[in-house]
Amino acid sequence: MTATVPPAKVPPAASPDPATLAPAVRPDPLGRFGPYGGQYVPETLMPALAELEAAAAEAWADPAFSERLNHLLRTYVGRPSPLYEAERLTEHYRRAEGGPRIWLKREDLNHTGAHKINNALGQALLALRMGKRRIIAETGAGQHGVATATVCARFGLDCVIYMGAEDMRRQALNVFRMRLLGARVQPVTAGTATLKDATSEAIRDWVTNVETTHYILGSVAGPHPYPMLVRDFHACIGLEAKQQCHEAFGRLPDVLVACVGGGSNAMGLFHPFVEDTAVRLIGVEAAGEGVASGRHAATITEGRVGVLHGAMSLLLQDDDGQVQEAHSISAGLDYPGVGPEHSYLKGIGRAEYAAVTDAEALEALQQLCRLEGIIPALETAHAFAWLETLCPTLAPGTEVVVNLSGRGDKDVNTVADRLGGALGG
Amino acid sequence: MPAAPVASPTPIQARFASLAAQGRCALMPFLVAGDPSLEVTGASLLALQGAGADLIELGIPYSDPLADGPVIQAAAGRALAAGTTPGGVLDLLTRLRGQLTTPVVLFTYSNPLLNRGMERFCQEAAAAGAAGLVVPDLPLEEAEKLSAIAAGHGLDLVLLVAPTTPPERMARIHAASRGFTYLVSVTGVTGVRAALENRVEPLLQALRQQDGPPVAVGFGISGPEQARQVRGWGADGAIVGSALVKVMAAAHAAGDDVAAAAGAFCTTLRQGLDRP
Repeated sequence: MTATVPPAKVPPAASPDPATLAPAVRPDPLGRFGPYGGQYVPETLMPALAELEAAAAEAWADPAFSERLNHLLRTYVGRPSPLYEAERLTEHYRRAEGGPRIWLKREDLNHTGAHKINNALGQALLALRMGKRRIIAETGAGQHGVATATVCARFGLDCVIYMGAEDMRRQALNVFRMRLLGARVQPVTAGTATLKDATSEAIRDWVTNVETTHYILGSVAGPHPYPMLVRDFHACIGLEAKQQCHEAFGRLPDVLVACVGGGSNAMGLFHPFVEDTAVRLIGVEAAGEGVASGRHAATITEGRVGVLHGAMSLLLQDDDGQVQEAHSISAGLDYPGVGPEHSYLKGIGRAEYAAVTDAEALEALQQLCRLEGIIPALETAHAFAWLETLCPTLAPGTEVVVNLSGRGDKDVNTVADRLGGALGG
Repeated sequence: MPAAPVASPTPIQARFASLAAQGRCALMPFLVAGDPSLEVTGASLLALQGAGADLIELGIPYSDPLADGPVIQAAAGRALAAGTTPGGVLDLLTRLRGQLTTPVVLFTYSNPLLNRGMERFCQEAAAAGAAGLVVPDLPLEEAEKLSAIAAGHGLDLVLLVAPTTPPERMARIHAASRGFTYLVSVTGVTGVRAALENRVEPLLQALRQQDGPPVAVGFGISGPEQARQVRGWGADGAIVGSALVKVMAAAHAAGDDVAAAAGAFCTTLRQGLDRP
C-alpha cells in the first residue's frame, strides 16, 4: 500500500487474480460465476434453458444475427447512445485543487427511455429464431415491460406482462403504455404484489407454456443462461463507452458508477471493463429508508447467500431462508435478489457496492434536473446520489462515467407525491 | 435396484417392495405443514395414516414456491402467516415418532434447505424420522452433492422428471433418483386438473423399461378416478396434493374437523385405487 498514489489509480483493495476475471469463467460452462448462478428451477424448464443457451450460442456465431441486431439497435433504438460531459455537475464537485470530471452514458435517450430495450430487442430476435411467438415478461417499474411490449409490437408477437398489483398502482402510466402497445398486463396479487412475485408468476407461466413461449427475463438474474444472455445484450453500453472515452479523453475511464437492483444496466456497462483492473466499478443499491431500518433493497450490502428465481446469489432472507420483502422508492430496485455476477464481482473484490437512501436519491434527482436539465429515473438517481460520497475522495482529473440508465418521466408522480409542498412556490 | 448394493432397504424402498409384492399402487397424499396449524397437521398425518396412506409427502412452507399453483401457494402463505418454520415442522415429526410409522417424504424448496445447510438439514430430518426428500427446484445438475449427503443419513433424495424431459436425460435422472422417481404428470405447476395429459402413459412405460426405482405420478391427480388411471398406466404410486389441500382448507373454513376431512378424502382415494 503506497499512500502517495492518488486514490483514483488504486485498484480495488484485494486485487483479484486475472484468471477469475476471464470471460470463460463468467460464467463457467455450468453457468456458475464462482459459487453463484446455476439453474435452480423445476425440471420442466431445464430443456428450455438448454435450448435457449444453444440458440444464443448459435445466434452469436451467425453474422446475420449480429448484423440484424446492430441494424435495429442503430435505426430503431437509436444507438450508440451519447457519452455526455456533465460540465455543471463536474463544476459542482470541483474543489480548490480540482476534482473529477463526470460523464454520462445516455441510455435515457434510447427508444422507450431506458437501457431495457437492448435486451428486449435481442431476446425477441432469439425468440423468432426459436420459432416461439408467445412472449412473457415480468416488470417492476414497467420499463422492461414497456420495452418488451414494444419489441413484441414491432415483430407481431403475442405479449403478456406480469406486474405486481402494487407496482401497477405506482406505475399507472407505464401500464397504459404497455396496453397501448398491445400487451396484456396481468396483475399479480400473490405475496407482496411487487417485482419478486411478478417474476415468480412469470416463471410459473413459463413452466406451463414452455413449449410455445419464450420468457424475456429483464435482468441479469434468473437461471443460467439468463445472467449471461441479458448481460451480453447490454454489453453494447460498455463497449460504446470504452470507445467514446478514448475519443473524448484518449484513455480508459477511472471509475464507472451504475445503480443496481437486479443489476442489468450496471453489468452492461461493467462487462467490457472487468479485465481492465485499473477501472473501478461501483454499483449503487437502494437503501430505502436506511439499511438499519430493515426497510431497504440493499441485497449485496446486507444479503446472505441463497437461491431465488433459479440462481444462487446474495439474497435478503430471514433466519429460516424465507425471502424478505424489499423496500425502495424506486419500483425498479425494489427486489430482494441481485444478479449472480454482481455477487461474484463483489466476492472476488473486483467491484464495489454502496447503498443510498430514498431521500438521498430524491435529492440527487433534483440536483441533476437543475444542474444538467436531465430528469433521471428514480433508479438512476441512486447512482448519482453516491457521487456526493465518492467525488470528494477522487483526485483531480479522475474520469468518472455514470450510467444514466433511464429517464424519469415515469416517476414524476411519485416524486411530486414525496416532495409535496416542497415543489410549490 | 441398479445402484450400489444396499445392505438394508430404506423405509421408502421397503414400503414400495411390500406394495409390489401385494400388487398394489402406493397412495401418497401431500399436505402443507402448518396449514392451518402444526397441531392440525399432526392430527392430519395420523388421520392419513389411519385412512390407508402408504407414504406421506409433507411440504415445508416457503415464501416463493415456483413449482406450485394457487392452491398450494395459498396454503403455504397461510402456514407462514401462522408462524411455521422448518424447525417447527421437524419438531412436529419428532413428537410424532412412534405414532407415525408411515414413511414421510419432506418436500422443500432449495433455499430453506441450503439456508440451514445440506448436512445439518439432512441430519435433523433423519433425526426427526423423515424417510426422504423432494426438492422441486433442484435439478439433476445440482442434486448430486445433496443425494450423497442425504444417503449418508439414510434419507432418499427423490428426483423429478417432467413431460418435457428428453429421453436421455430422463434415463440419467431415473438412475440417480433414490426411493422412487417422481413423474410430474403435467407441463405446469401443481394444481387440480380435469384430465391428465395423454403422454403420461408412454412416459411411464419408458421409465419402467429403464433401470431405476419405482415411479410415482404427481401434479394434477385430483381424485380416485385419476389415481386409478395412473395405476392402470403402470404407476407404482399416485401422489395427490392440491385436491387434498383444498379439502382441508374447505373443512377449516367451514369450522369442521380438518384431520377427519383429510382422513375421509384419503379413504375415497384408497378405495378408488384398490378397486379392481
